[in-house]
Amino acid sequence: MLKQVEGSRAVAEAIALCRPEVICAYPISPQTHIVEALGEMVKRGVLAPCEFINVESEFAAMSVAIGASAAGARAYTATASQGLLFMAEAVFNASGLGLPVVMTVANRAIGAPINIWNDHTDAMSQRDCGWIQLFAETNQEALDLHIQAFRLGEELSLPVMVCMDGFILTHAYERVDMPTQAQVDAYLPPYTPRQSLDPSEPVSIGAMVGPEAFMEVRYLAHVKQMRALELIPGWAEEFRQAFGRDSGGLLHSYRSEDAELIVVALGSVLGTIKDSVDAMRERGIRIGVLGITCFRPWPHDAVRAALAQAKQVVVLEKSLAVGLGGIVSTNVRTSYTGDARAVRTVIAGLGGRPITRTALESAFTQALEGSLEALSFLDLDRSVVERALAREREVRRSGPIAENILRDLGVVGARIR
Amino acid sequence: MSYQPVKFYQTGTFTVGNRLLPPDVRSVQSTQRRTNSLNSGHRACQGCGEALGARYAMDAAMEATDRQLIAANATGCLEVFSTPYPETSWQIPWIHSVFGNTAAVATGIAAALKVKGRSEVRVVAQGGDGGTTDIGFGCLSGMFERNDDVLFICYDNEAYMNTGVQRSSATPGAARTATTMAVGEAPGNVFGQGKNVPAIAMAHEIPYVATATVAELHDLEAKVKTAMGIRGARYIHILVPCPLGWGHASQDTIRIARLAKETGLFPVFEAAYGEVTSVSRIRRRQPVEAYLRPQKRFAHLFGDPPNSAVIAQLQALADRNIRRYGLLEPQEAA
Repeated sequence: MLKQVEGSRAVAEAIALCRPEVICAYPISPQTHIVEALGEMVKRGVLAPCEFINVESEFAAMSVAIGASAAGARAYTATASQGLLFMAEAVFNASGLGLPVVMTVANRAIGAPINIWNDHTDAMSQRDCGWIQLFAETNQEALDLHIQAFRLGEELSLPVMVCMDGFILTHAYERVDMPTQAQVDAYLPPYTPRQSLDPSEPVSIGAMVGPEAFMEVRYLAHVKQMRALELIPGWAEEFRQAFGRDSGGLLHSYRSEDAELIVVALGSVLGTIKDSVDAMRERGIRIGVLGITCFRPWPHDAVRAALAQAKQVVVLEKSLAVGLGGIVSTNVRTSYTGDARAVRTVIAGLGGRPITRTALESAFTQALEGSLEALSFLDLDRSVVERALAREREVRRSGPIAENILRDLGVVGARIR
Repeated sequence: MSYQPVKFYQTGTFTVGNRLLPPDVRSVQSTQRRTNSLNSGHRACQGCGEALGARYAMDAAMEATDRQLIAANATGCLEVFSTPYPETSWQIPWIHSVFGNTAAVATGIAAALKVKGRSEVRVVAQGGDGGTTDIGFGCLSGMFERNDDVLFICYDNEAYMNTGVQRSSATPGAARTATTMAVGEAPGNVFGQGKNVPAIAMAHEIPYVATATVAELHDLEAKVKTAMGIRGARYIHILVPCPLGWGHASQDTIRIARLAKETGLFPVFEAAYGEVTSVSRIRRRQPVEAYLRPQKRFAHLFGDPPNSAVIAQLQALADRNIRRYGLLEPQEAA
C-alpha cells in the first residue's frame, strides 16, 4: 500500500510486520521516532505478542536484545552515534555469540565536538564487529532492508545492522510502498534458532575459549559473512518477485556501463550523486555510479566486476579514518584491479555538512581532469582551518578548537552555497 | 528410586548434631536428588567461597522452580573457572555475555520467556562484586527499577579476584589489594562508605532483598527459595570469602564467613519493598579482630605495635551495623 510517511514511521511499520518479540528502546536522535512508534504499537496491542522494554542505556539495549535472542526470541533495537559506541562491547558480543539481532542505525556523527547531524562515522566505527551492515539509499529501501535483515540474520545466525541516514531519511516524509502482513509472513519464516536457552536442553552459551579454538571460532564468523555474499543476491531477487521492486542486494550500478569515471558511495547521498551524473551525462561525460548496499560483508568480487571498466574511481564517503583518510575507499582499493592511485577519496558531509550538486560536479570534473587530490574534503573552509592552525602556532594556551572556530565564524548555521 | 543421603555434620561450630534435628531441616551434603547445577570438575581454587555459594544458590533455585531455570553470568571467576572451552560445569541453560551487562541479559531472557508464554521458566543472573557493584551497576539498577522478573545474586568476595585481587567498591577499608597496597601512611584501602548494594537495592523498593553468607547454607538456600517464590526484581548478596585474595587458609572459608557475620561486619537480613523484615542475629559476638587477624589482607594492622586506630574504625563499623539492624538478641543489646 502506498503511503506518505516519515522514514522512521515507515521503518517502524516494517519492523512490526516482521513480528519482533522483544524490542528495547533507549532514546538518541535521530532514531528515536522508530522506537516511539513501535512502543505505541505494542502498547495499543497492535503489535503482539511483543515486549517493549525501556532500558537505561544503549549498552543495556543491546544486552537485553542478546538475552532475548539467546532465549529464542526475535529481538530488535535501534540506535545512533554515541549510542552505538556506548553499546560497542555488546555489539561485538552479539555477533560473537551468533545471535541474529536486527538493529537500525540512524547514522549520525560522533563527538567531540558533539553533533547530532548525519554522517557515517558511527556505523563505520563498527565495521569490523562481525555484524552484517546494510546501507539504505531511500526510505523505501530502508523499509525493505529491515524485512530482508531478519531473514538474512536468522538464516546465518548473525546480527544485522540496517544503516539509514539520520534526519535525511529518518525524518523525511516520502512515499513508500508498505507491504502487507501476508507478504512479509510469506517472505520471512518464524525464527528457528540454532541455539537457545531452554531447560529441556541445557547448553552453555558464551564459554571461555582459549588459543586452542579461538582462531577457528573467528574464522567461522568470517565464513558465515562470506556465505551472506552468496545468499544476498538470491534473496534480493526473491524479494523483487514477492514485493515487485528492487531493494537490497549487494550493490547497484547506475549508468556505469561505459563509464570512465565511477563514483562509489553509500546511503542517501546516492540520490544527489545520480542527479549530478545525469547532468554530466547530458554534457556527454562518461560517468556512472556504484552504490554499495552491503558494506559488511564487503562484496569484493561484485565491486571488482562493477569497477572493471572504470579508468577513474571517486569514493565519496561520509566518514573519515583520522590519520589515514577514507574507510570505504580503503575497501574499494582492495577490489579495484586498476592502478590503486586512480581511486580518489572525497570526504564529504561530515556532521551534516550539505553535499551539493555544485560541489559534487566540481569534484568529479577535477577527477576527470586529473587534478583531484588523492584525499580531499568537499567544501572544506580552508580559511577557518588556517586561522585555527595559526592560533595554535602563535599561542600555547590557544583554547578549545571547536569553540574558537565558532567564534571565528560569528554566525552559527549551515553555510549552504 | 531409593537413595542414601550423605549427612553433613559441621564440626567446630555451634550447631547441634544433625541427628537431633527433624529430617526436613537436616543438612545433606550430597544426594542423588541434588541437581548439581554447578557440577564438579570446575577449576575454582581450593576453598573457594564463590563456588560453594553458587552451587547451593543454583541448586536451591532449581529445586524451587522444578528445574525450570536459566542463568546469566557476568564475566569473572565464576564464569572462568566453570567454562573453559570445551568443558562446562553448568548443568543448566547458562549464558555469559560480557562483564557489565548480566542484569540486562537476564531481563532479555525473561522478556523472551514471557512473550513465548513460558513464564514457568525463571531467570537468575549472577556475578561477583565487580560485576554487581561496579561495572554491572547501571544494568542492575535498571533491572531493579523496571522490576523485571529476575533474581540477581551477587557473590561478594570484596575485590576483583579473577584479575589478581584489585580493589572494587565492595572492598572494605584497610584491606590490602593489588591496587590498595599495604604501604604508606594509610596502608590498604581508603575508608569510604563503599557501595552498600543491598541498601541500594532496597532503595529501589523491589519485592525482595536478602544477604547471606556461605557459613549458613540452609539460610542461603531458604532465601533463594523465598526469592524464587516471588515475581519481579529480587536481589541476594552473598558474602563468599576468597582464600587467594583475603589470604586465609583454604579450610577456613566457612569460619571466616561466619566471623564476618558474628562480628557484625556483614549484617545478614531480609527485606521486602525497602523495609527490613528479618535479621539473622549474632549468636556469639566476636570483636572484629577475630575476623581480621586470620586474613593476610589485614596483616598490616597487626604489626608491632598494632594499628589500633584502624581496628577501632572497623569495630565502629561493625557496631553501627549491629545497632542499625538490631543484630544482637534484645537482652544482649541492653
